[in-house]
Amino acid sequence: MITKLNATSIMVLDKDEALDFYVNKVGLEKGQDIKQGSYRWLTVRVPDDPGTEISLEEPGPPVHDEATAAQLRELITKGALGGLVFQSDDVRGLYETLKARGVTDFTQEPADRFYGTDMGIRDPFGNAIRILQPKKVAHAAKA
Amino acid sequence: MTREVEDLNRRVLRARDAMDRAYFEPLDVRAVASVAHLSRAHFIRSFRAVFGETPHRYLQRRRVERSMFLLRETDRSVTDICFDVGFTSSGTFSRTFREIVGETPSDYRVGHEPMLPPTCLQMAAMRPVVAAGVAMRSSTFGIAAAAAAP
Repeated sequence: MITKLNATSIMVLDKDEALDFYVNKVGLEKGQDIKQGSYRWLTVRVPDDPGTEISLEEPGPPVHDEATAAQLRELITKGALGGLVFQSDDVRGLYETLKARGVTDFTQEPADRFYGTDMGIRDPFGNAIRILQPKKVAHAAKA
Repeated sequence: MTREVEDLNRRVLRARDAMDRAYFEPLDVRAVASVAHLSRAHFIRSFRAVFGETPHRYLQRRRVERSMFLLRETDRSVTDICFDVGFTSSGTFSRTFREIVGETPSDYRVGHEPMLPPTCLQMAAMRPVVAAGVAMRSSTFGIAAAAAAP
């Protein structure tokens, strides 16, 4: 039985810029930062939830040949790759915090839904990030 | 691909996000183009190259998608919903909706219940698709272009 999501990854154009955004703007914390030859295993994670690492991956060798890396960069900047969905206990408060930190790329201001309150931003490269504050009552029973 | 192309993609995506955020406002293609720091003509050309349809078509389908959402989720009148999602004439709305969805807003409402997936997924997945040739034809935000569509 699988019990937990241990690590996931998100494609970025620049690991340092991504680290700055996800830590200093979004409010995640830095996780692993390990050099392995020319490869840098760099992760961020949700504070107080150290069990799941988000690996920041740059397209390019040795993982991708240059043509593949170019395709990936194109897809990232078109917003065509997958993103991340986080939970928050205060989406509206976080919205104000993000604005104060200089985040401008909101795809959606906080809005109330039947499942809670959510908002959307993009990272500097084009990846979609959603942040959800779930309603207290689980709606899973309706599914 | 060069850094310039990636930068252009990112800026055009930012303009598309602006349409997704403000579809209910009277959007002007020049204003949306300015989000991408592009002239009107360059923006339309770039948007087509990046997303395979014109910005006008994209916005029109976003508005229709949001109207479908409101028809499913609310009891608001068709006319109210038309203005809610940014159309300025109920005639244009009905015609565009029929053309894209294949039935009238009222008929659509009868056959469709609220959906469970979160709104972001609905906005991504429920925006009506269009044949590639049609996606490339319509190029302005004006009512004239909508009226000219079959």
